[in-house]
Amino acid sequence: MDRVRTIRTAHTAWAASLLCLGLALTACGGAPEEGTAPADQEAGAAATEADSFSVTDPWIKAVTAEEGMTGVFGELVNGSGQEITLVSASYGAAGKVELHESVTEGADSTMREKEGGFTVPPEGSHVLEPGADHIMVMDLAEDLEPGADANVTVEFSDGSTAEFTAAVKDYAGADEEYGGEGPEESQDGGHEGHEDH
Amino acid sequence: MGDGEAQFSRRGLLLGGAAAGAGAAGGALAHRWTAEPAPAPRAPVLNGTLTVPFHGTRQAGVETPPQAHGTFVALDLEPGTDADGVRRLMRLLSDDAARMSQGEPALADTEPELAEVPARLTTTFGFGRGLVERVDATAVPDWLGPLPEFDHDRLDPAWGGADLLLQVCADDPVTVSHAVRMMLKDARSFARVRWTQTGFRRAHGSQPGGTTMRNLMGQVDGTVNPVPGTEEFDRLVWVGGEPEWLEGGTSLVLRRIATHLDTWDELDRPAREAVIGRRVDNGAPLTGTEEHDEVDLDATDSSGLPAIPAFAHVRRARTDDPGQRIFRRGYNYDHRDSGGQDAGLLFASYQADPLRQFAPVQQRLDELDLLNQWTTAVGSAVFALPPGCEEGGYVGRPLLEG
Repeated sequence: MDRVRTIRTAHTAWAASLLCLGLALTACGGAPEEGTAPADQEAGAAATEADSFSVTDPWIKAVTAEEGMTGVFGELVNGSGQEITLVSASYGAAGKVELHESVTEGADSTMREKEGGFTVPPEGSHVLEPGADHIMVMDLAEDLEPGADANVTVEFSDGSTAEFTAAVKDYAGADEEYGGEGPEESQDGGHEGHEDH
Repeated sequence: MGDGEAQFSRRGLLLGGAAAGAGAAGGALAHRWTAEPAPAPRAPVLNGTLTVPFHGTRQAGVETPPQAHGTFVALDLEPGTDADGVRRLMRLLSDDAARMSQGEPALADTEPELAEVPARLTTTFGFGRGLVERVDATAVPDWLGPLPEFDHDRLDPAWGGADLLLQVCADDPVTVSHAVRMMLKDARSFARVRWTQTGFRRAHGSQPGGTTMRNLMGQVDGTVNPVPGTEEFDRLVWVGGEPEWLEGGTSLVLRRIATHLDTWDELDRPAREAVIGRRVDNGAPLTGTEEHDEVDLDATDSSGLPAIPAFAHVRRARTDDPGQRIFRRGYNYDHRDSGGQDAGLLFASYQADPLRQFAPVQQRLDELDLLNQWTTAVGSAVFALPPGCEEGGYVGRPLLEG
């Protein structure tokens, strides 16, 4: 599954490439510009931030519902000449989703909500990765099993939204301590990884 | 096969530029001396930048000219891994293998820099009987399981059959190490490692491509081998359509053959040649002069005795049944970690049907082959290697999504 830029209400490399298998003789294998361009152009008059948005290689760390918290990572891509800003995100099986940044001191990493969201420069990208900016998923109601798909919705500053599918990956890191809102700090077992380092 | 498709890395271009300059200077010199046109300078391609496509109708790593390093990892599925778990696992592993084959890190790779040197990396997946049974018990080919017992074998179950095989090969051992580690991280929720077998051939570039390998007993090993891309190869190696999910796939018989090099040392050269029926120096049959000369089993020596003795390996391995042939792609192994030498051959044999192709030949060797005195199979495992997958697909999909 190669890197596939997703378009508008995006699916990811992961899902889109699976989709392509079924459509190999039509849109994906044939003339890609015909498959997607008209819709974009029709919408061109009132292009939203979501229209310019795609995500490359999105993934989410596998956790159990009991662990409760996880992070979404990937490269946020802005295909337009205007800055776009991702201001919130949601995930169906999560009670709460926040946009986070991580602050590292020594080997310890603390994360907190990122004020103003994630800004993606014109024709540029913004990387979400462990130890840095990420989408924080909390109060999970169900397990995220490795190899499954997770549909994440993101909202932009103009109110437009896009959905993408993140691959669920087994990952040992991304265990930052949550320094956001005091009382939650120690309640979650998934964030104890760095305490003795 | 598309092997050896060259890609330049930035570093390759830089080094290539320097070398091209030197080449041009040398060319000018040659021109002066010989009055012939200077050869066009060519930038050397770094081995590490070479890639083998992961996607295709067949899995890479069978027809692919053997890379210098190979690691075979066998896993057993955890009890809780059901058919959907296998599907998710194969999606993850196929995605990892596809990316890394192109010198790109797998998703969520913690050491992405180690993925930057593909060095013809291939990952080939094989399914053991247990995996196929867990998905669809009616889909198990009759040959997928332990081979018939052979008297001479001394099999250690530690090297036996397992549910899932990863065959990872590349011309760079660091690349192999990283690829194996990355995929095992993705497998750890689904399966545990049963064994790992690591082997090597001559380093990339040490000998011309296509040179038949030499095993650690010193023999040219693998002279008679179907040639990838030929009709014969296709017929012998690829499964024709039964079971359906395996059409375009093949089977792997992986035999760990220990060689007893200390007693082999006691044999002088003529005796060694008689044991095999081939010359040591170039692998030619004792009845010929070149490696690929046809073996003449009827020839006699000056005393009227068969030139190729009755007990010779080539005589015993030979069959008149053209269907009883296999494709070999083995690796040497040599471990001294425990003080003594544990050396031998990872005999990797690919064929459409192990019971019809591999077993009868092995039966003949088991009954009589003087080489058995210095070699013992200590491990044996059989896997079904599904066909390849297209971009966006994953290996095993025809089985897992029926």
